Amino acid sequence: MPDIILIGLNHKTAPIELREKLSFSSEETLSALEGLKKDPGIKEVLVFSTCNRTEVLFIPETMDQAQNDQTGRTIEFIARHKNIKRSEFTSALYIHKGEDAVRHLFRVASSLDSMMIGEPQILGQIKQAYRVAVETGCSGVLLNRLMHKSFSIAKKIRRETGIGDNAVSISYAAIELANKIFSDLSEKTVLLLGAGEMAELAVEHLLSNNVKDIVVANRTFKNAVALAEKFNGQAVKFEEREDALVHVDIIISSTGAAEYVLTHDQVRRVMKKRHHQTLFFIDIAVPRDIDPKINSISNAYVYDIDDLKNIVESNIEQREKETVKAERMIDEAVLKFQKWLESLAIVPTIKALNDKMTAIVEMECKKTLSSLKHLTKEDMEAIQRMTQAIASRTIHDPIRFLRNTGDHRDDSLYLNVTRQLFNLGGPDDE
Amino acid sequence: MNVRIDDMLLQMATVLYFFSMAGYGGFLFSQKKLYQRAGLSLIASAVLLHFISMAAYTLSNRHVPIQNLSQSLSLSAFALGCMFLFFQYKSDLKILGIFASVLLSVTMGIVWLIPDAPAEKNEIFKGFWFYSHILLIFAGEAALALACGTGILYLLQEKGIKTKTPGFFFKRLPSLDFLDDAGYTCLTTGFALMTIGLVTGFIYAKVIWGRFWSWDPKEIASVGTWLIYAALLHLRFYSGWRGRKSAIMTIIGFSIIIFTFIGVNLLIGGHHDTFTK
Repeated sequence: MPDIILIGLNHKTAPIELREKLSFSSEETLSALEGLKKDPGIKEVLVFSTCNRTEVLFIPETMDQAQNDQTGRTIEFIARHKNIKRSEFTSALYIHKGEDAVRHLFRVASSLDSMMIGEPQILGQIKQAYRVAVETGCSGVLLNRLMHKSFSIAKKIRRETGIGDNAVSISYAAIELANKIFSDLSEKTVLLLGAGEMAELAVEHLLSNNVKDIVVANRTFKNAVALAEKFNGQAVKFEEREDALVHVDIIISSTGAAEYVLTHDQVRRVMKKRHHQTLFFIDIAVPRDIDPKINSISNAYVYDIDDLKNIVESNIEQREKETVKAERMIDEAVLKFQKWLESLAIVPTIKALNDKMTAIVEMECKKTLSSLKHLTKEDMEAIQRMTQAIASRTIHDPIRFLRNTGDHRDDSLYLNVTRQLFNLGGPDDE
Repeated sequence: MNVRIDDMLLQMATVLYFFSMAGYGGFLFSQKKLYQRAGLSLIASAVLLHFISMAAYTLSNRHVPIQNLSQSLSLSAFALGCMFLFFQYKSDLKILGIFASVLLSVTMGIVWLIPDAPAEKNEIFKGFWFYSHILLIFAGEAALALACGTGILYLLQEKGIKTKTPGFFFKRLPSLDFLDDAGYTCLTTGFALMTIGLVTGFIYAKVIWGRFWSWDPKEIASVGTWLIYAALLHLRFYSGWRGRKSAIMTIIGFSIIIFTFIGVNLLIGGHHDTFTK
């Protein structure tokens, strides 16, 4: 049975400094794959690197104890390739084999191993890594199947559990709220109070949601103009903020002011002018900028940083409950994959082929001979012997081919083809 | 006595209304579109059967089935079903099906619970003005029922957002803006239909009794309801009564409609009481 080995490190085992040193850019991934492909001990290989992990997944040519040498050689290769001493990172490495490697990959693809459990980017990143492996000819029948199974289990988990359902970051939670207050953000205008780094970050998130316009108000007008230019918006004087409120819908506040920069009375006045159109205040400043009493005005909603944090925390709790369900689904998928892998051994394939032929011969003889009543017993036996001989001669060469291993050819490929050609069925034929 | 075909069809429609409630319930919890589609198709089929049932009744009895409370309720359920399908087609507010299917099922449940005593045929209940009056009023009230439904959904969503505890409904309901807009569409449609319906009612009264207005309790209540909705629309236009206040008003308005529909006749009487005997 072919084996699968996964070497890697992630945010749990290695600090950021080490992960940086071992992360592979797309060019480096390409050259690493080219290098690993040349290694005669490796049949198939895939390199996967994000900011939180670097992993090398490969199928060794050899069996048993020789595999340990191969693993060592691969680690040595990584060290050489990234120009880093092996002793610097071996303690942070995890090495998974067989079933554990499959489970690890499935968990990574399903975002169960992510720093932010359930984050959706990881699957795309893995797909990209697989695409590179395919393009460089590093992926074969085993990795193809393994990777496709990891994509489908990841999708299934996303679909059937609530793992990706809730916002687990502050800015995402704020945008989710905005989307439940306003029906179309692309028609809404955002007012930024304060031109600091926090404001900039928040707007970048909102811009990716296509808001209509951005207005910046800041005590130092120069900074407001600079930020407004950056986002193609307009700048207003800080004193004009009350007037600006009439025409905006979402207010993101992050000034360093010690007192409220927007009071209950101001917003009440503004509400009348804007015919009570909804206002959504996001106050990310500490101390707070926006009077929390504003939340009691109808059609005005105020969320401060703690409110958003609370939502995020309860969402994370919810998500953790869903992981239990996801882990169970992964266990099932691993088991299925293991069964398929086992079926790729030579002996069971030959046996399945023989069984199928014997079954065909028996069935056909029975059908034909039952209608040929005039034959003697000897005739019938002769016919049976002949059909059996035809069948076994037919599969003689294929079986000899399968038995004749070695020659650096990929047995799993031919075994897989044989199973498909003769429709021998596997444990998993969806 | 032979089984009446219209009764049988009506029973089938009722069963479908109840099934649609299950479909929408499944949709609410699982968020699977399949359930919503099932619920919607069930309501559509039920409305069709309901229509055939009423057509069969009309053909065999030579008058439309609004001779008693049971039949009036059945007709209002039919109007609600039609209105729901119309708004579903127009504004895609899927979750409103929860409200519609429950209200339809409850109404049809009551239809089968109260006696369907055949009333005396009243010759004055016919003619263009009579049918226009009935049709417009029932359609208008169905639209206002849906406005009430969106109002309830709005309040559920608004409460979660206002109190900063987004819960069960947060994911499942659309945005406040969307609910407010949908409610407003239902409200204006309902109000327009009800206005024309009242006018045709007055004309019908003039034709039959020779006067537009006869201080009938139902007339007073209907005009009262109309004034409440007119006030709501006015406040919305000129004083910005949108969102929560508007949602509460649509719910109050619809409660008054229910009272006008049933309460006035049961408690007070008047020349509309035939429909609700």
